[in-house]
Amino acid sequence: MFRNPSGCAISGIISTSGRRFSGKIIVDSIAAMRERSNGLGGGFAGYGIYPEYKDYYALHIFYNDKLSKKECENFLEEHFDIINLSKIPTRKVKEITDEPLIWRYFVTPLPTKLADSQLDEREFVVKCVLRINTAIDGAYVFSSGKNMGVFKAVGYPEDVGRFYRLDEYEGYCFTAHGRYPTNTPGWWGGAHPFALLDYSVVHNGEISSYDANRRAIEMYGYKCTLLTDTEVITYIIDYLHRVRGLTLDEICHVLAAPFWSTIEGKPQEERDELEFLRYTFGSYLLNGPFSIIVGFEGGLMALNDRLKLRSMVVGQKDDMFYVASEEAAIRVVQSDLDRVWAPKGGEGVIITLKEQENLAKAG
Amino acid sequence: MAVDYLYPEYEIIRNYDRCINCRVCERQCSNEAHEYLGDMGKMVSDDAKCVNCHRCVSLCPTRALKIVKSDHTFKANANWDAAKIREIYKQAASGGVLLSSMGNPENFPVYFDKMVINASQVTNPSIDPLREPMETRIHLGAKPSKIERDKNGRIRKNLPPHLKLSMPVMFSAMSFGSISYNAHESLARAAAELGIYYNTGEGGLHEDLYKYGSNTIVQVASGRFGVHRKYLDSGAAIEIKMGQGAKPGIGGHLPGKKIVGDISRTRMIPEGTDAISPAPHHDIYSIEDLRQLVYSLKEATRYTKPVIVKIAAVHNVAAIASGIARSGADIIAIDGFRGGTGAAPTRIRDHVGIPIELALASVDKRLRDEGIRDNVSIVVGGSIRSSADVVKAVALGADCVYIGTAALIALGCHLCRNCHTGKCNWGIATQREDLVKRLNPDIGYKRVVNLMTAWQHEIKEMMGGMGINAIESLRGNRLMLRGVGLNEKELEILGIKHAGE
Repeated sequence: MFRNPSGCAISGIISTSGRRFSGKIIVDSIAAMRERSNGLGGGFAGYGIYPEYKDYYALHIFYNDKLSKKECENFLEEHFDIINLSKIPTRKVKEITDEPLIWRYFVTPLPTKLADSQLDEREFVVKCVLRINTAIDGAYVFSSGKNMGVFKAVGYPEDVGRFYRLDEYEGYCFTAHGRYPTNTPGWWGGAHPFALLDYSVVHNGEISSYDANRRAIEMYGYKCTLLTDTEVITYIIDYLHRVRGLTLDEICHVLAAPFWSTIEGKPQEERDELEFLRYTFGSYLLNGPFSIIVGFEGGLMALNDRLKLRSMVVGQKDDMFYVASEEAAIRVVQSDLDRVWAPKGGEGVIITLKEQENLAKAG
Repeated sequence: MAVDYLYPEYEIIRNYDRCINCRVCERQCSNEAHEYLGDMGKMVSDDAKCVNCHRCVSLCPTRALKIVKSDHTFKANANWDAAKIREIYKQAASGGVLLSSMGNPENFPVYFDKMVINASQVTNPSIDPLREPMETRIHLGAKPSKIERDKNGRIRKNLPPHLKLSMPVMFSAMSFGSISYNAHESLARAAAELGIYYNTGEGGLHEDLYKYGSNTIVQVASGRFGVHRKYLDSGAAIEIKMGQGAKPGIGGHLPGKKIVGDISRTRMIPEGTDAISPAPHHDIYSIEDLRQLVYSLKEATRYTKPVIVKIAAVHNVAAIASGIARSGADIIAIDGFRGGTGAAPTRIRDHVGIPIELALASVDKRLRDEGIRDNVSIVVGGSIRSSADVVKAVALGADCVYIGTAALIALGCHLCRNCHTGKCNWGIATQREDLVKRLNPDIGYKRVVNLMTAWQHEIKEMMGGMGINAIESLRGNRLMLRGVGLNEKELEILGIKHAGE
């Protein structure tokens, strides 16, 4: 497989009060940036969309054929308790063709299997997902978080949104991606967002550090099979946040590390911290142009490369925050903004639900 | 015996229309190739004594001299070339091991010259180092394995001992004895000014150079010459020399005639005794013994300094490096078979060891496969000839490179490969006082600084072209390389694609 450099459009919307809103809004937002896509990939991530199954991992899986489905379902039954399974509802859209079999499973790890593995629950799920994606030919898990889901396809994002009936979902946060790859991958798994557990990444840019990042993260059990920047970014975030226990703020200082000259001008405590992060995690610096929106349970993080070689704008109206490659994609869904700004290169914007903040304060 | 007579390889050509009999060439040549015939009023030369070091050519005020390869030849023979025939005559006459200096000059593939570097076009922008920050700063040492936080949740800066460098280049080990005091001083001062490190080699450290200790790597080799507490404490890092690219598997020998004055004192051996470094360390017969030496040195320096283990690139280098990475060492230095030397048996220099590019690629891959790449940094040498070689080495997976020959060339070395004679006309590989003073450290260090500054500019230009503005994003970034004219096995070992792929 070849690596596909790409341009792109990204958008993200979150209600900090946790109010659920229709997926239609994110479709309208990303549709405004049609110029930035070329019909070779579009997708969405929605958070808070499965309240009735919020305690179960929602696995969204593409199958090439019934054989791979059967093999994968055998694997799932061996490792998980499957609470519910169904086809993901879609509607026929003439622009979207060649769809694979698209299934959704709400699962929880089998207690005996989990105990045998000596892993924590999330690590167990990660291992199973990576196992399916690398070992079961024709099966591909593209979403594996709780109370969230990824929907993606080859096509323009607004068509992908209609295809997946995104207007019928409600969530407190959505992200979206329109893709402009420079060749034809023709595979649905290659579209964005890319997700692992509840981390999802939409990304605009081409990171020139790709192979350095890939070879570093593959030391820790991840296998980059898609050769896309987004995949490696997702694994890095999972590794730094879940495995190494860095905060999101610290992760921003790894992915878009400040220049040494900037670090040297900081007060001692901050300087120590930044030096530690850059010394220890230099291999995870993302170099070259990017803007990313990372969705996770209870929030959203937006980040530009440290030179700000990709556009990214943030807007706010009351409890609603909007992030997009272009201001137009925000204005089209909310023309009356309290505030709109372009974060500096390397300056992470982390927006979390108020209830989580309150919980954190209380805790 | 007549058969032992060899017509000289090089001829000194003097243009008598230009020669003014100033006798500079005569005074400059330590090999006494030039002579003034007073009664005839003319300069003459003995080609047989010429080593082709260009000293006389460079200093001739009227450009009357040049050295050319002799066209005298044996009968053409693709199998028995002149060098092989000559060597047989020499050995038949002497019964001895052939000696030579500097790196392997044989026609093996140079993989650096078969790899090309990427640049950005359209989908991501190249970065102009004259307008944007471009970072070449690196650190060498182990990465912390765990994150500690204070009671407020703030990360503690618990970094292991490490080296900080302004660019990924260091001066490799060349002992005081093999090179002159002035050469050492030049390298020490250059390292200090550049914010990088030079390496004492195995001959100890002259007291007058202790002041550059914070830019000095002190070496501990099998002879343990000049190793004492103050020496270990004076350096920023300690290097255990297990092997050297120019002569893997054998030790060293500095003849007694070079063990004079300060060299004898610095090495802590009597004047006139041969300084013989055994082939192995006699307290290291396996990996667990190495671990003990690593920790002995750490203990002796209170765990304040990183320890480097230097090995020659040999067939099994990946497995050896893996062992070293688990032995407590912070940095592994690997020396390729083109690495230079003051003196080595010719056969060893030319036939033992493997190219550094292949060794580096397989070590980096092996350590990653085993998940221990973060335990150590990798430094490679032998031979890095330009900033492009540096960029390619880093992209293959090196943290940093060692340069030896390139630094000596900056000081005036003309690669005549006669270091072992101790009569270096450029004041580098000699201890003869009149020759040593030809190398002025005030000028020498500045030339080395210039060279590194130029390389740094070039490295930044190449990084910017790739759209990379921090060198850590180049490290191990093998997609930035493509092979040209390499076979599949070579590409597989190097872990790169062929150009066009």
